Amino acid sequence: MSVLNLTAVSLGKKIQAGELSAVEATQEVLAQVERVEKDVHSYVSYDGEAALKRAKEVQQLIDEKKLTHPLAGVPVAIKDNMCTKGVTTTCSSKILSNFVPPYSSTAVEKLEAAGAIMIGKTNMDEFAMGSTTETSAYGITRNPWNLDHVPGGSSGGSCAAVAANEAIYALGSDTGGSIRQPSSFCGVTGIKPTYGTVSRFGLIAYGSSLDQIGPVAKDVRDCATILSTISGYDSKDSTSIKREDYDFNQYLGQDIKGLRIGVPKGYFKEGLDKEVADHVLSLAKTLEAQGAVVEEFDLSLVEYAIPAYYVIADAEASSNLERFDGVKYGYRAKEYNGLHDMIKKSRSQGFGPEVKRRIMLGSFVLSSGYYDAYYLKALRTKALIVKAFDEAFAKYDVILAPAAPTTAPKIGSSLADPIKMYLGDIYTISVNLAGLPGITVPVGKDKNGLPIGAQLIGNRFREDVLFKAAYAYEQTKTYEMCDLAQKGVN
Amino acid sequence: MAKQYETVIGLEVHVELATKTKIFCGCSTAFGGDPNTHTCPVCTGMPGSLPVLNKKVVEYAMAVGLATNCTITQDCKFDRKNYFYPDNPQNYQISQLYLPICRDGHVTIETANGPKDIRIHEIHMEEDAGKLVHDDFTDSSYVDYNRSGVPLIEIVSEPDMRSAEEVIAYLDALRMAVQYLGASDCKLQEGSMRADVNLSVREVGSSEFGTRTETKNLNSFKAIARCIANETERQIDLIEAGEKVVQETRRWDDNKEYSYAMRSKEDAQDYRYFPDPDLVPIHISDEWIEQIKQDQPELRPEKKKRYMEEYCLPEYDANILTGVKHLADLFESVVDFGKKPKEVSNWLMGDTMRLVKEKEMELEEIDFDAKHLASLIDLIEAGTINRTAAREVFEHIFEENIDPVAYVEEHGLKQDNNEEGLRSIVSEVVKNNPKSVEDYHAGKTKALGFLVGQTMKASKGKANPALVNKLIMELLTK
Ligand SMILES: [Zn+2]
Repeated sequence: MSVLNLTAVSLGKKIQAGELSAVEATQEVLAQVERVEKDVHSYVSYDGEAALKRAKEVQQLIDEKKLTHPLAGVPVAIKDNMCTKGVTTTCSSKILSNFVPPYSSTAVEKLEAAGAIMIGKTNMDEFAMGSTTETSAYGITRNPWNLDHVPGGSSGGSCAAVAANEAIYALGSDTGGSIRQPSSFCGVTGIKPTYGTVSRFGLIAYGSSLDQIGPVAKDVRDCATILSTISGYDSKDSTSIKREDYDFNQYLGQDIKGLRIGVPKGYFKEGLDKEVADHVLSLAKTLEAQGAVVEEFDLSLVEYAIPAYYVIADAEASSNLERFDGVKYGYRAKEYNGLHDMIKKSRSQGFGPEVKRRIMLGSFVLSSGYYDAYYLKALRTKALIVKAFDEAFAKYDVILAPAAPTTAPKIGSSLADPIKMYLGDIYTISVNLAGLPGITVPVGKDKNGLPIGAQLIGNRFREDVLFKAAYAYEQTKTYEMCDLAQKGVN
Repeated sequence: MAKQYETVIGLEVHVELATKTKIFCGCSTAFGGDPNTHTCPVCTGMPGSLPVLNKKVVEYAMAVGLATNCTITQDCKFDRKNYFYPDNPQNYQISQLYLPICRDGHVTIETANGPKDIRIHEIHMEEDAGKLVHDDFTDSSYVDYNRSGVPLIEIVSEPDMRSAEEVIAYLDALRMAVQYLGASDCKLQEGSMRADVNLSVREVGSSEFGTRTETKNLNSFKAIARCIANETERQIDLIEAGEKVVQETRRWDDNKEYSYAMRSKEDAQDYRYFPDPDLVPIHISDEWIEQIKQDQPELRPEKKKRYMEEYCLPEYDANILTGVKHLADLFESVVDFGKKPKEVSNWLMGDTMRLVKEKEMELEEIDFDAKHLASLIDLIEAGTINRTAAREVFEHIFEENIDPVAYVEEHGLKQDNNEEGLRSIVSEVVKNNPKSVEDYHAGKTKALGFLVGQTMKASKGKANPALVNKLIMELLTK
């Protein structure tokens, strides 16, 4: 059986059992990268030699019984906004084209301690700003299901890599849907945990109060195992939270009888593609058949989430991205006249148009005279959205929603109309504003053969409900791979 | 008649806190060190790095706030002040705008017209910036981030001061409080205390404030006094000439004794302050405040009062001894050895001060063990050495921190109490100075002192002066 047919957990098991070696697993994944990377372009950079060297070291430790973690020896792809010690980390931006961090992000460190083999750094929208992975300074990533379509974003490279078998699993980050939306477009499973669950140390910030790292994988069990590995309180991140539960595998297989599923009526009205709506709702029917209780309800304030989100995220981004000035690291303009001209030119040349748009928007809403009207108002809206979810979770254990209004759009069709692109985030951003966990699971395909995912949203720290429900649903399906992913599978 | 003006002054005082590590990372705050050796990803603004608050900074800020009668903001938070300048690696400074940790305090100063309260508007915590070093040879600028992230508090007063004397009294009171708390050494020259002067003038009797300027780069009390005189005159001249004072930031040049404009209000940057999302709000519980209050050491006003009441020291002594915490600590340590407070005070106010002055030292630099001064006093009281010898020994204690008992032994400085031996020296002296003997009998008692001095000299300073006195009197009245 090919390595590429396996999930991370099942591959890890075979490696522990000695049926496969970490080196073989890495070789097979690298061979697949060689076959499909030129079409998909999931990676900003990858290093087969380093991966194989690492695989040998890891296998040695496994042989010596020093590494028994379920993910030991399993190849992984890391989104290029997570710092990796000694490995160029670009955020898919020209401004960080030469940035080699002297430290790793906490999440990556935890994976390394578990014996993960990093294949490479995945492509993304520049600084995670975008929903299509088209704003990368290093070329677009294509959807492995149909190369004319985008993989979604901003974790498009991570989701495409998993869907195309260019990695067994991946880490993404989610500020407004950046794991859940591309997971939907690429037919994979991805979870954004409760804010504070995974350390943000070493994650190059977009919107600090919204960013969370999360797993992208082939199934729910993988996600649970990966999340258990990367989560945990981190004294290096002040927003990190000490949780009571970090073992998420314990919730898989739990009975969902009596589970209360809320379906926000507003989410399934105009603006949502009919095929997507039908498939998403089919998940409710499946769980209902297993004893869940499904009910429609009104989730208020939906229409205010997008402006509030873009004000807050861009305000934070405008400040977070100030450190990229060409002085200390990263890209510096070749010709300039004095200090301020150097900073100006380095930033003008180093950032792409979408990043510049958001920096300007964010700077504007923080300017004196506008702060109250925009930023403060957005914070108040955020507080109201939190309240609306609190009320909903008093009645429901989980909320069912789409992850995106459509299936993956065609390459080139989104960037021309940024407002339309922003509106596409409607089902995912409230979750970030409220700091909630959300998981996307594949529920089918549209008539063009493009994947559709459904999103389950839980209350803060209630990943247990998400894993339980998503796993119960998944038991009724089999993981479907795209043709491209099966190129190397025999 | 010419118009009468009054000067209205408010201060923004930055104090560098004495924490061992920086405000948001574990790097050392030690002074010096090769450029960029006290740095890490956090204090150099590397991507993905995150600040974690040093709790000690909050405690120092609270302690200073409580010592200056402020209200503690029990739910406070940090904001980002955004501006592009390379000494600031993130291009924003983490500071407090919306909810500073302390508010509404006051410091009482002594003025010619009695005590006066200078109100404190707020105290907030923030991080210091790095240093730009310009190399003229290569025409390049370099940045040293060793100071980046060193914790500061900024103490902002209300415009309650009316003269340079009041400003200096206020700064002195603040410095004293902060030093006593151990929150900072407050050295203006080294920049661990920096004051910006906000100054305006108005006609006496006017209830409106004039347009104010802010002057920076004041490195000594002298510079502050000079700057206040200079800026007051400059503003009055402008007004008298029918011109307007421009609201601006000025920089003081102490060599030229003049300030020049750095930027006007129109050029003022928009700092786009907003709450730092990387830091969580700080909750300060009642218990925490209580704890800080309990740990608060005795401050200068109480200490001064205690010295006068408990140790019966004159106000003059109490004032000087408590003027620098280091001196007060030394004084108390010697007294703790059971020595008479006034005797200890005399040594510190007399010979110690003289030596400090001679050697052009700071009082903080006095560095000898209290136990040595205590044993020196013991030696005097036991009659082992006389005062002349004691002063010589003290110089060695002051300079080399020697043990006086061993020193006296080694150098044979023990007082000579041998009556027979001394009597023969005295006879010799009296014989050789018939004129003084004559003078003495003629009622010139001064002559006695001369004879005692001659005897001491002949004994190489070792003779017991009281005994010498007695022996001379015996001989003269025979
Ligand atoms: Zn540091």
